[in-house]
Amino acid sequence: MQSKRTQRKLGREKLQRIIEMCRSVEERSLDPFLLDVNEVISVIKEYFPEWELPEDLCLDAETIHHLASVIKLQSEWVRHRSTSLYTDPFLLEEKLRRISKENLVELFLKAWHPTVELQQISLHSLTEAIKYWKRLLPLNERWKEFSPEKIEVGLATREELIKQRILGDKPFSEELEDLWGKLKRTVETKGEGGKIRYWDFIGAETYEETVHKAFMTSFLITYGYATLEIYPLDEEMFIKPYKKQLTKIGEKQLVSIPIAVTMEDWMRWKRGELQ
Amino acid sequence: MEERRVAVSRRKAYYSSKIKRAVHLLFYRRHKKPGVKGWELRKALGSDYPKVLKILDKHLKTLDLQVKTVFEGEKPVGKPTLDQLNKARFCVTLRGELTPKEAKMIGWRIDDLAGLAVALTYIISKKGKAQRKEVEELLQDKLPKWKVGMNVDRYIRYGYLTQDENEQLYLDWRTNTEVDQKALIDLVLSMET
Repeated sequence: MQSKRTQRKLGREKLQRIIEMCRSVEERSLDPFLLDVNEVISVIKEYFPEWELPEDLCLDAETIHHLASVIKLQSEWVRHRSTSLYTDPFLLEEKLRRISKENLVELFLKAWHPTVELQQISLHSLTEAIKYWKRLLPLNERWKEFSPEKIEVGLATREELIKQRILGDKPFSEELEDLWGKLKRTVETKGEGGKIRYWDFIGAETYEETVHKAFMTSFLITYGYATLEIYPLDEEMFIKPYKKQLTKIGEKQLVSIPIAVTMEDWMRWKRGELQ
Repeated sequence: MEERRVAVSRRKAYYSSKIKRAVHLLFYRRHKKPGVKGWELRKALGSDYPKVLKILDKHLKTLDLQVKTVFEGEKPVGKPTLDQLNKARFCVTLRGELTPKEAKMIGWRIDDLAGLAVALTYIISKKGKAQRKEVEELLQDKLPKWKVGMNVDRYIRYGYLTQDENEQLYLDWRTNTEVDQKALIDLVLSMET
């Protein structure tokens, strides 16, 4: 068993190496005949019966794909060598280094036949341009549409922000402490074992109020005024207030618990179906 | 006899108007690349556009110009088919040669032109593709280093060369249109150094 695993590992490594080699030939324009195709094929054949996992079969297919690219390059190489354009690149490079700039330009001009091309305005395009110009609105008229309205800059009062619902009518910390007090009182009257069902605490007359209470309750828990007890198997969730605010909550790993407060859940709670 | 003369003069008038139209299409740049595709010429001039181009080429010979056909892929062996012609691009190029002075007048400095010749020859010898680094190293032999990169970018911008994501350079459409690659290689090899 051990030897089979080692054999597979070795096979994977060999295929990876073949892929790398093919890639270098493809990307770096190396001589494609550097790769011994027959030897590569025998390696692929040797390890093929070992492959069972899809990843290994993919690796095998990838190797064959790269090998095919190299074979294509070999055929191109042979074709190029047989054409009249073939010359030894080293010989040509050496020649290029020796020829002076002036001579090089002279001989290039003998093989260069630049394209004749004109870019000129026609009567037709001029007419079109005039038509466009006539239709074009002056800048001050076009830009008027986009100019933003001028707004007087001034200071907003706290009352105005409350009216616009940007701020609540109480400071946030005060509202949070009030809710904490309310939670402790509710647990005393309606709760059991120092805790109360989550929905029995956040549930209110309207859905908006319920969402607001759920939002504030999340801060109660985050800031250490209360904690959540969740029983996933029973699908029950309780909220338990602390007598004193816990300030060392940072010592434990905090986790976020997403709780959906949907309209359907709220209606079920109102009908007494959400236990 | 009279009928025949009328027919000949009608045919002359027919081709004369077609040649004018072909000149407008070929000389004035309509696309990003100069020249017109065969199918565009067929649409504008009719199915006998190869004949129109042949007559135009004769006229242009006196002006040292020619109608050049650039085929898609490799140049066909023997007479090209109508399909190959429709897919090919046609443009007007210089038939003869420019003098170094004239080349300078059309905006080419001797250094830039020599650099282009070296880059093209090297890439042709490497089967049409070569690493940009290798080409730049060869150019640095005779051109200042700071200029080499700029020149290669210029050759790419003009359409003589193209580059892939691996910084590999290839010959582009303008080289295939304007440069007689075989003649260039033969000239370089036959140059006595």
